[in-house]
Amino acid sequence: MILVLLIAVLFIGGVLAWVAERIDDKLPRVIALVALLIDFLLMLTLLNAGDSGDGSWLVLLKAEWMPRFGISFQLGADGLTVLLLLLTAFLGMIACGSAWDEIKERTGFFYFNLLWTLAGVIGVFTALDLFLFFFFWEVMLIPMYLIIAIWGHENKNYAAMKFFLFTQVTGMLMLVSILILAYFHFIQFGAFSFDYFDLLNVNVGGKLEMLAMLGFFIAFSTKLPSVPFHSWLPDAHSQAPTAGSVILAGVLLKTGAYGLIRFAVPLFPEASMNFAPIAMTLAVISILYCAKVAFAQTDIKRLIAYTSVSHMGFVMLGIYAWNIQALQGAVMTMLAHGLSAAALFMLAGGLQSRIHTRDMNDMGGFWARVPRMSAVALFFSIAALGMPGLGNFVGEFLALLGAFQASIPLTALAALGLILASVYSLWVIQKVFHGEVKANNFDESLLSDLGRRELVFYAAMILGLVWMGMYPQSFLNLSSPALNGMLEATAQVAVTVTQVQL
Amino acid sequence: MNLTFSDLLPLLPLLLVTATVVVLMLVIAIKRSHFITCSVTVLGLLVAAIAAMVLLPGANQQVTPLLIVDQYSLFFTLVTCVAALFISVMSYPYLLQLDDHAEEFYLLLALATIGAIVMVSSNHFISAILGIETLSMSLYGMIAYPIHSKNAAKYPLEASVKYLVLSAVSSGALLFGMALIYAQTGSLEFSGLAEVSAAGTGSLSGVNESFYVVALMLLSAGMAFKLSLAPFHIWTPDVYEGAPLPATAFLATIGKAAMFVLLLRYFVAADALSYESVVSVFSLIAVLSILAGNLLALLQNSVKRILAYSSIAHMGYLLIALIATNFIDGTISVEAITFYLLAYVIMSLGAFGVVSVVSSSAKESDAVEDYTGLFWSNPWLAVIFTGMLLSLAGIPLTVGFIGKFYLLAAGVESGLWVLLAVLVAGSGIGLYYYLRIVYRMLMPAAESTGLRHRGSESAGSFGILLLLLFLLLLLGIYPAPVMSLIQSISIFI
Repeated sequence: MILVLLIAVLFIGGVLAWVAERIDDKLPRVIALVALLIDFLLMLTLLNAGDSGDGSWLVLLKAEWMPRFGISFQLGADGLTVLLLLLTAFLGMIACGSAWDEIKERTGFFYFNLLWTLAGVIGVFTALDLFLFFFFWEVMLIPMYLIIAIWGHENKNYAAMKFFLFTQVTGMLMLVSILILAYFHFIQFGAFSFDYFDLLNVNVGGKLEMLAMLGFFIAFSTKLPSVPFHSWLPDAHSQAPTAGSVILAGVLLKTGAYGLIRFAVPLFPEASMNFAPIAMTLAVISILYCAKVAFAQTDIKRLIAYTSVSHMGFVMLGIYAWNIQALQGAVMTMLAHGLSAAALFMLAGGLQSRIHTRDMNDMGGFWARVPRMSAVALFFSIAALGMPGLGNFVGEFLALLGAFQASIPLTALAALGLILASVYSLWVIQKVFHGEVKANNFDESLLSDLGRRELVFYAAMILGLVWMGMYPQSFLNLSSPALNGMLEATAQVAVTVTQVQL
Repeated sequence: MNLTFSDLLPLLPLLLVTATVVVLMLVIAIKRSHFITCSVTVLGLLVAAIAAMVLLPGANQQVTPLLIVDQYSLFFTLVTCVAALFISVMSYPYLLQLDDHAEEFYLLLALATIGAIVMVSSNHFISAILGIETLSMSLYGMIAYPIHSKNAAKYPLEASVKYLVLSAVSSGALLFGMALIYAQTGSLEFSGLAEVSAAGTGSLSGVNESFYVVALMLLSAGMAFKLSLAPFHIWTPDVYEGAPLPATAFLATIGKAAMFVLLLRYFVAADALSYESVVSVFSLIAVLSILAGNLLALLQNSVKRILAYSSIAHMGYLLIALIATNFIDGTISVEAITFYLLAYVIMSLGAFGVVSVVSSSAKESDAVEDYTGLFWSNPWLAVIFTGMLLSLAGIPLTVGFIGKFYLLAAGVESGLWVLLAVLVAGSGIGLYYYLRIVYRMLMPAAESTGLRHRGSESAGSFGILLLLLFLLLLLGIYPAPVMSLIQSISIFI
């Protein structure tokens, strides 16, 4: 029930925020923040929810929805879900904060869209019926499209359209794959089912299994994103308003990684095993290629977007290595990258709203003018490049450690990404915050340092990253039962598969 | 053969609509009043719809050899009557500004409804042709209706003549096909072909299979014309654009749905898809329609033309489910067609409704630019339009998504992978032009553009649009009751 509540609070909060605009255009942001805070607190109670008696699941809920196709309204949460839910609500609040002063037009509708996107994301993280999952997967698209299309920057139509087309078309492929699974359940067990636990038992087999797996893989790796499906991301990020970028980088990308962990691999263990070398190669290409491309950008938001793709490569590498260290690393990277990328986008957005440019060639020497902002930026850049003691390091280290057991050459190549990450991160700091002041390119009086409200948000994210870096065990403990459960389930299938082949 | 009262009872909806036509003629003859005429039409259609709804459970009766009144035909009778009712309510404000008599439009509309009801209840070539012609004849008039109006901006006469000529050609093809089948089987019933070919595998060696195939091709071509499937689609955008909006809405929703039901009934009854060549031709038509409809819609700047091309694509999607009927035993593909037709009627009606609300017979606002900033100047209307467009694009929360889900399910079950790939690609392209309109509505309204003209907004048509939006969302979020209804009526096909 609590899971329904989580989604309902955001849906209702969104509508309230929209309506409240008529009373006062400052009211929606308060409503949004309160709704997210309620959600956050509700999620914390999930941690003590205890055992539902069903393995690693903390809560499960099932109700009939469309009996004709065996579709049910089924939600569930395990440790992995809870971590991602907490990240969602936390970054939701951060996004609210970053939009606080930036969004001045049609505030009610903006917070409506923000909350509905997040409601969709929470739905994606908790849905255990594949139809429902797909439903939420698409539901989070439209409000995000609107956020980019209405409050975006100069080229918003193109970016919003590209974002929508990429995700929707690949989503359709996934829908076909889901239907293939449901149909094979019909053949093998006599009834349609979209229930995750039922579909785990379905064995499609052969070429069709590979194709069905690819449907999932393409949908998720577009969202992740991974080369070659990544080209929507830099456009979407550079055109989205700051809060949109925060949500996009921090939360929406993680739905892709979550989908791979929860659905793509466990539902098709055999096909995934065969496909793993290709996926890991794509991951390595993402890491290296996008780090290189990031270095070539002058638009600071595009640069951060490409680094996101590069970092998500480690996630994909970890997932397809499919052992406990690698998976833990992938999850830690998801969490840590969520915070660091969100913070970097907020900084870039903050700069843009102050000096109205994202072009790094116009920037320089900001440290003297805005020391607090510069220090914060330095911290998050260092976090992103994988400094030990911060969350990103733990994640990437574990992912590499796990991947090493799967493929030594690919891991060695991926590790080079860490060097490239240091190069571009420090290069940004050098270019923007050091060097000469190019004051004639913008109105210098607009450049003001971080306010108290902004500092609070950054402090919260810094705290989170330090916690992840210093005491990752508290996160690992939460996700390990869920990940171990999935590893065991797929291992059994792998054993039976080899037995059949013998 | 004597008709008794119990024979006629199942025909009640049809008789009620016919009575409405008679009453309308008398009313117009006695006193010309736009409002009274419209009210009588609405009332008549409402009573007919209620009659269909009451008769629906348990109905299954062949009334004369011509008409079959089963739950399936009554379901579509209900859909037809309700859709016609909605269209007549939305016609009223649209026709208010017409500088000519508006009353006869409702007469034609009710007549066209009779044709549609006959089409969905027919399992005999005679009633099929009667229904098709009644519908088409009335539509010629409806399309050309504002012809004497001085300020009709579009080209109703061109549209009407175009429709008349092509419709006559397609009827010719249909009749030729029917004649060929009659020559072979001696029967005008839909199932005649299947019975003879089932019995005649050896004994009736005089019957030639290639003869059937030619006949089926002619029938298919005629029906494809009416459904505006590629490559028989050329008339569609011109007619849609030239016709007054209520006529376009009628043609696009009821006209298409009734024709598709007829096609479905015939193909299942005659087992037409058991001929391999028919399957390949229909697969080709489906692919062409989806690609042509979606690609050509990209180039359009008129909302009416965009909707015309998108309707071509949607008919192509539907053909996939029709082809699937041949490959699977269950009723899933019939259910898919039924649900998708219902969804299509709802969303097209809504989309044309929005356009007709901002238009009037004097000035039709159908350029994409006209909708700039609608989100901020008239949020409710924009929300309705966005809902309809996203539904046409097949986005969840809307009925269009469930419809597409049905089609995909039918396609996956029958393993039509190529057609499914085309469907996915087509929906991807489709998104672009639907979103283009949505984006226009989101843009800040400039002084020079936007809807300066208030159009024919009225409480009645606005209420209808809200009702359609409600249906769109209800069937998109909780379709289970309708799903089980459709499952139970689909066994009658």
